[in-house]
Amino acid sequence: MSQHSSTHEHAHGGTSLYVRTLITLLILTAITVGASYIDFGQGNVVIALFIATIKATIVALFFMHLRYDKPVNAVIACAGFLFLGIFLMFCFIDFGSRDGLRPVNWNGKLPVETAAPAPGAAPAPAQK
Amino acid sequence: MEQQFDTSKIGMWLFLATEVLLFGGLFVGFGLMQARYPQEFIEAHEHLQRPLGSLNTVVLLISSFTMVMAVQAAQRSQKKKLIVFLLLTILCACIFLGVKYFEYSHKFEEHLLPPRWYHAQPGDTVHDPSTGGISHGYGTFFAFYFMMTGLHGFHILVGIILLSWLVVRANRGEFSKNYFTPVDLVGLYWHLVDMIWIYLFPLFYLIK
Repeated sequence: MSQHSSTHEHAHGGTSLYVRTLITLLILTAITVGASYIDFGQGNVVIALFIATIKATIVALFFMHLRYDKPVNAVIACAGFLFLGIFLMFCFIDFGSRDGLRPVNWNGKLPVETAAPAPGAAPAPAQK
Repeated sequence: MEQQFDTSKIGMWLFLATEVLLFGGLFVGFGLMQARYPQEFIEAHEHLQRPLGSLNTVVLLISSFTMVMAVQAAQRSQKKKLIVFLLLTILCACIFLGVKYFEYSHKFEEHLLPPRWYHAQPGDTVHDPSTGGISHGYGTFFAFYFMMTGLHGFHILVGIILLSWLVVRANRGEFSKNYFTPVDLVGLYWHLVDMIWIYLFPLFYLIK
């Protein structure tokens, strides 16, 4: 039984740390909203999710005290996101390897992108 | 006491992990439907009000800050400060729900709803080739929008109830540096709700 547990003394917390955390989060929000008005093509998704992940990590580390907490809580948190990652990965591997990326009643023409001429009733499987 | 506190905290983290997986399933569904209806999702997201979404993001981040300040006040046995910060957190939560109500009612008026009730909007270009009507993709976007923001809003509502319960207990002087477990655990829950919004916001409002 240690008498100097950080959970009860919180030598690492403090108002100034929390204020700095909040300001960082607000700046990141401004950046992600600003970036959404610029067209980076596929990059928009990557930028938005990358910034969201940074923000979520900051919230977990400082607002949820994982940075200074007992490691077991961080292990549980990481495990949750790890399993979510596995879930996402296998779903998208499965979906990406199918032809059915368009609705089942798709007539073979992409609405906006210029589709390759569809060879009869059997369109070539999209390699995505 | 120390051990009880740590155990409660582990329990809370386990609950939060299940919450991540609950929302994770919906995120996976959203991702799959976006892959299925890419053009529709891009056009549908233009119907959302980006300034209101941004405002709600800021409100929720500030509420996370006031929550962590409340936890700190509890840890330092500052009763008055604790109550003030809890009330500020509740205020932010109410602002969030107020903005959400405003957004929802706008969508109901414009018929920006799940497929069966969706009405074509001026900017919509994709049609269903078999029926000639508007594509199902638009309504699918709004089905996910209402499901995910609705479930998130329900979490905010639960949070408001929990925070009010904390205010009552704090007012009775039940929390001090020797015992603040409930404040800490509700704090963790509240930050998770904030974290989920951090992902919901760019997915629905920003992604092209």
